[in-house]
Amino acid sequence: MSFCLNFPLFMIVASLSSSVISTLLKGKTARILSLLLTGVCFILDLNILLYVVNTGGSYTYMMGHFPHPWGNELKISTIEAIISTLFSLVLFLILLGGKESIEEYVDDSKQHLYYALCDLINSSLLVLVYTNDIFTGYVFVEICTLASTGILVLRGNGKSLAAAIRYMVFALIGSGLLLFGIVFLYNITGNLLMPNLKESIINLYNTKQYYLPLLTAMCFISVGVAIKSGLFPFHFWMADTYGSAIPASSGILSGIISKAYIFFLIKVIKDVFTIEIFKASGISNIIFVLALFGIVVGSISAIRENDIFRMCAYSSAAQIGYIYMGIGLSTTVSIVASLFQICAHCITKPALFLSSYHLSKNSGGSSRFKALQGSYKRDFFSTVCFSQGAFSMVGIPLTAGFMTKYLFGMSAFDYTNWEMLATLIVLIISTILNTIYFTKTVVRLFTVDENIEKKFNISLQYRIVGILFMIVNFGLGIFAKNYIDVIFKGLNLF
Amino acid sequence: MLEVLFNNRIECVAVILFAVGYVTLLVSPNMIKKIIGINIMDSACNLFLTSIGFVYNKTAPIVVNGDTSMNTYINPLPAGLVLTSIVVGVSVTAVMLALTYKMYEKYHTLNLNEVYKINHELEDKEK
Amino acid sequence: MKSNWFKKWDEGNFDLTEETAKSFKINTKENKEKKFKPIEKIVEKENKSFEMIYPVVAIGLALVMISFFLYAVTKMPMFGDPNTPANSSEVIKRYIESGLEETGAVNIVAGVILDYRAFDTLGESHVLFTAATVVTLLLLAKKEEKEDVKEKEIMETDPILKIAAKVLTPIILVFGIYVILCGHLGPGGGFSGGSIIGAGLILYSVAYGTERIKKIITPKVYKIITLSALCFYSFAKCYSFFCGANHLETIFTTGTPGAILSAGLILPLNIAVGIVVSLTMYGFYCYFTRRHI
Repeated sequence: MSFCLNFPLFMIVASLSSSVISTLLKGKTARILSLLLTGVCFILDLNILLYVVNTGGSYTYMMGHFPHPWGNELKISTIEAIISTLFSLVLFLILLGGKESIEEYVDDSKQHLYYALCDLINSSLLVLVYTNDIFTGYVFVEICTLASTGILVLRGNGKSLAAAIRYMVFALIGSGLLLFGIVFLYNITGNLLMPNLKESIINLYNTKQYYLPLLTAMCFISVGVAIKSGLFPFHFWMADTYGSAIPASSGILSGIISKAYIFFLIKVIKDVFTIEIFKASGISNIIFVLALFGIVVGSISAIRENDIFRMCAYSSAAQIGYIYMGIGLSTTVSIVASLFQICAHCITKPALFLSSYHLSKNSGGSSRFKALQGSYKRDFFSTVCFSQGAFSMVGIPLTAGFMTKYLFGMSAFDYTNWEMLATLIVLIISTILNTIYFTKTVVRLFTVDENIEKKFNISLQYRIVGILFMIVNFGLGIFAKNYIDVIFKGLNLF
Repeated sequence: MLEVLFNNRIECVAVILFAVGYVTLLVSPNMIKKIIGINIMDSACNLFLTSIGFVYNKTAPIVVNGDTSMNTYINPLPAGLVLTSIVVGVSVTAVMLALTYKMYEKYHTLNLNEVYKINHELEDKEK
Repeated sequence: MKSNWFKKWDEGNFDLTEETAKSFKINTKENKEKKFKPIEKIVEKENKSFEMIYPVVAIGLALVMISFFLYAVTKMPMFGDPNTPANSSEVIKRYIESGLEETGAVNIVAGVILDYRAFDTLGESHVLFTAATVVTLLLLAKKEEKEDVKEKEIMETDPILKIAAKVLTPIILVFGIYVILCGHLGPGGGFSGGSIIGAGLILYSVAYGTERIKKIITPKVYKIITLSALCFYSFAKCYSFFCGANHLETIFTTGTPGAILSAGLILPLNIAVGIVVSLTMYGFYCYFTRRHI
């Protein structure tokens, strides 16, 4: 067994310990520790990815002296490695570039706690991606929920407190259902490790024994994760939460954490329920319809907003609708499209939030569109970053967003009935709606007033971060074919 | 069917409590009631988990007299899961109570709907 | 009158009188001078239509959920049956039959949570740590001297509490230590023992005041002990997982079952978990009553 398969264990333990140590340090030292940690995680993940792609296998790593089904395990294959690499990279970039927003809004005496919570989020992201056990996934989902409430509340004013409470209540509603679903699954199968659960569920489905509890368990787990990540009827907490939090926290929450929950759901559907049983139960149709509504309603709500952060929040709801549409269609191509959309949205949304913060800071502190008009002259760099992110969301060719829409269109052709028509119609409508609200914003940013106001300086760290986000976005768009091939190969062994 | 429900009476009570706690968490506007709902929900999950492992005429899984046959002890795995679940429930309750304390300090009310309305009024005044 | 008050309390719409506010040490004058005041009258009128809907919706939803769940329960495995999928799986077979010789713990549940499925327990301890961090960042405030003086007044007029605490606290602490140390030999373990010790510390703090317990548990001591226990736990488990995955032997042996120094890593981990849980419980109490350790 190669040594690099030990890396996930080291990364998880290092994140947990560094969060514990960060509570003793001061703000600046805690920040350097977090940056070091996420940077090292990115390099180690890249190592694992190269190894797994070269040998073309999937490995299970025993956590302890006992193999499954008696002890815990981690599963390391291509898809986990790719997604984990991307998450570490995005977290590193957000912590590097979000320095000014964190320093402005968080009290000096509590900054080290912010970075401690970010380390805990890093560890729970790693576990959610690599785990092979459904109960461990639930425990680390709870860590993620508590830590993300912490980073939301650190802004200190009343509005963010109310938003954090709303977020926590919704997250608990989702977690309660998730736990109950896992309990039902344990009751009818007696296993908690994913490979064993898969065998038991296939047996139960073929003999039609305990069918109703199985259906209930599948429903609860799907709905629980859907509530936590913002599918259609449960998306209205997003606007308040992302609109009134520290922009770096909004970037972390909307860009990475909701994607980690959805990736956990995709893993459970593929590895535990198997796509055939999930499709046959009818739950995928319900998710598909809700996702279509989510895309349209999210886009329409975004058009009506006057505040740039709330607009980005509603656009998040629409983009998450795309991912659920792919899960609802439940074919191999559509799941590849969902995974690609996870990656594309993960690198675009934090860039949008960070650049919106700089735009609003350099326009007098207000985030309404009236105040942001003419930012082109005040702050050229942030305007360009925001525009590039906006183009990726709309789906201009050469950006990451274009490939996701192309893949979703391709996956629609696997069907010959109403689902294909519905997917194509919604894709067209949503592209038009996305164009409306993003072009409206970008045009507003570029229209210049009569008097040229003074130019603002951008820190070096944000320049590096902004350029890197743009490079990764274009990279994902241009080299999409290789990326998608790797995902396809990984899915067959998934 | 009533016989089956009576045999599984502990699981019936557990699911009824889960439904009651869940609806309280969803619908009630008072923060303390939401926290009570969370606790009822978590206790119901723990009760359900514990009742999965029980077998009639067997004792607790602590090895006595070196007897390690499977016919003497109940299922030890749900007991471990319940331990984890109780700790998670305590942590969540502590954080929610701290949030409620802060909310009361700022807004002087425990009703979430009123807090949102106050925020909307303040926002409208700012415009 | 009565029903009006009950309705207000039911929804949390109450305003404190001066006397109740004093006894809870909330300064109402300060709150009234702040920029905004709760806008009561506009809100009350709009709420009336919602007030009628809430109970109906709640009861309807609850009845639907309960009937669906009860129907699902009738389709589930029977209670107390030894042949259910959960009770007759190969997982349980190995835990019960080989648990004692593989982990060395007489208490099979302790072996399960600290040896077979140790990763879950690692996550769970960090859930407690996360909650402690979030409560710290919400509630930590600089101390006020007025509060300590008031506490002294309350304390000195209450002899029953002091005498009871004098007798009970040592018994509670010793019992807690026993439960932690014999966690692998009988019922108990780190979590239960830790809660018992935490309760003992809280009783001592309530009866004798902040000054006396601060001589032992200062904020620095609190932080350093909690963090070193958690870090020891993480690193010990990292070593154990690394050896397990690479098929190496660890230096911790299982020993003779029934002795205190047996069961490999389970005893040190129980002690670490017990320390963390007891200090976290005490910390929650401190943050909620006096806003600092």
